[in-house]
Amino acid sequence: MKPINKISSILTPLDRKNVDTDQIISKEFLKRIERTGFGKYLFYHWRFHPDGTPVEEFVLNNPRYNGSEILVAQENFGCGSSREHAPWAIQDYGFNVVIAPSYADIFYNNCVKNGILPIRLSNQQVDELIAKGTEKPFQLEVNLEEQTVTGEDGTRYEFTIDPYWKEMLLKGWDEIALTFQYDSHIQEYEEKRQQA
Amino acid sequence: MAKTIIEKIWEQHIVYEEQGKPDLLYIDLHLLHEVTSPQAFEGLRLNGRKVRRPDLCFATMDHNVPTRNRDIITDPISRKQISTLQDNCDEFGIPLAGINHPDQGIVHVIGPELGLTQPGKTIVCGDSHTSTHGAFGALAFGIGTSEVEHVLSTQTLWQSKPKTMEIRIDGELGFGVAAKDVILAIISKFGVDMGTGHIIEYTGEAIRNLSMEERMTICNMSIEAGARAGLISPDETTVEYLKGRRHVPKGEEFEKTAAGWLALATDADAEYDVSLSIHADEISPFVTWGTNPSMGSGIAEHVPYASDYETQADREALQQALKYMQLEEGTPLSSIDIQHVFIGSCTNARLGDLRAASEIVKGKKVHPSVTAIVVPGSETVKRAAEEEGLDQIFLEAGFEWRETGCSMCLAMNEDAVPAGERCASTSNRNFEGRQGAGSMTHLVSPVMAAAAAIEGHLTDVRKFMQEPVPSS
Repeated sequence: MKPINKISSILTPLDRKNVDTDQIISKEFLKRIERTGFGKYLFYHWRFHPDGTPVEEFVLNNPRYNGSEILVAQENFGCGSSREHAPWAIQDYGFNVVIAPSYADIFYNNCVKNGILPIRLSNQQVDELIAKGTEKPFQLEVNLEEQTVTGEDGTRYEFTIDPYWKEMLLKGWDEIALTFQYDSHIQEYEEKRQQA
Repeated sequence: MAKTIIEKIWEQHIVYEEQGKPDLLYIDLHLLHEVTSPQAFEGLRLNGRKVRRPDLCFATMDHNVPTRNRDIITDPISRKQISTLQDNCDEFGIPLAGINHPDQGIVHVIGPELGLTQPGKTIVCGDSHTSTHGAFGALAFGIGTSEVEHVLSTQTLWQSKPKTMEIRIDGELGFGVAAKDVILAIISKFGVDMGTGHIIEYTGEAIRNLSMEERMTICNMSIEAGARAGLISPDETTVEYLKGRRHVPKGEEFEKTAAGWLALATDADAEYDVSLSIHADEISPFVTWGTNPSMGSGIAEHVPYASDYETQADREALQQALKYMQLEEGTPLSSIDIQHVFIGSCTNARLGDLRAASEIVKGKKVHPSVTAIVVPGSETVKRAAEEEGLDQIFLEAGFEWRETGCSMCLAMNEDAVPAGERCASTSNRNFEGRQGAGSMTHLVSPVMAAAAAIEGHLTDVRKFMQEPVPSS
């Protein structure tokens, strides 16, 4: 996993709550057995009409947001299915940070395991960012080490994150390799259970 | 100290704990299917890792399998995904109920059927509806593919202890009210994210009176309330269901095991972080009108008005949903025409669901403008239903009787609702495009789906039923 600390980019505002993983990556794209190449299918049915032409008004089709690495959305982002194809699509498209007031639990975990930083800010702060990012391209500086998001106008928001997940993201750990260090505990547990 | 079942199971599974870290939890059962596992197995191969406990894994193919012409998978990518699971199970020694196996079925239907699902177990699967197994008093939750790989390699997961939430359903369920109506009513009342960060325990008189199949319907949709897991303390109903199942201990050993299961039940004076309740009297046959499972009402109601909502964000969410659903504010729910009926999915495709639906359609005909399909939850359900002649009842009424699989719940195979058409569906999600791009889903119970199939529109199933005369 690639470590993540500082990300500097304009934000992409997606002013919707309860964005489910079926919208993030639709089922017809879940048949592939690879982890890569899902970016072109991100929000497919919001991005494209049934005939394949772009939906002009959808935010990802606005060239203003090209190259953005920060997606800002409303509460309960990533609800629904456990499909990790959702964060794979988000990352493959180019987003490395998501900002929202809240996330579905499985989606949140799936982000962290893939080196995407999911930031929780208050509803009001998210509303502010979405308003600023909708009005004009708005630059943000995300700093995981300091747990801050700073806008180009100097507005600074602090966020909290579980220290374990933070370290994992900063170091880009392979969690399985980490768990192997606890192998003796796992063995001991299995032996104890066997005897019981 | 008095404990909830959630705390009891959690504590029994801690392999390692340290301040400031999630707990390392042992996983007793790992269920796998073809969609969320291939990248995990590939990860093992790339890193030269093996499966630690193949004996604690069980795999099947369900999401992508055809429900007719079983042996002809025309889509080469689907075919590849299915053969990849077969190859991975062969390579790593994992038991598999493959596409033509007599045990094949939806992973959350077959786990309990085979007795793999048991009280007190920690159960995971790369599927959010793993919460289904909580009906047995197991701690069961969906995981992503990275976590699938982690469990395959280590049989453990790092998990932060979630908060506990009680949802108590007092009173007796009314005439014509199904388990599906209970969970839809709960989600409608408390919202799609009320359970985030929590594990729900369902309690109360109405829950105690439910069969295991009905309890599974309720726990199944815990994720639709944002909770990763939902469970019910085991009781005699649980023990009775599991007795004699293939992977359950037999004879004297069973008695001992069952006593252990019952001891897991939440202690009388245990406390939860959050307690909510709903009275059975508040619940009537339910139907969703929007694009998430909280957007629903009793069948006698109408589509809400924007003015019913307090915040601008909620009014906008309503309007977005109604635009997608091609519905107007104030439309009576029972006036909504449907073109498709789907009786199936891990929520409602067990024998009891099919029996209940067959009672409604018996001797009647599916409305000429409706295509109706029944997709049994497993081969075992299908065989049992056929032995009882349920297939004939459905076929005579004009339903299609299909092979098992996830089918039209998510339309990964060819069973999709066409754009612009509506489906009364016994599945669990009414998200945009869930049953096919541009399709519109109304979530209902099996009997409500059956009634809609006959009338060609959403309708109150109670008019097809004889109200029992109260015994005095």
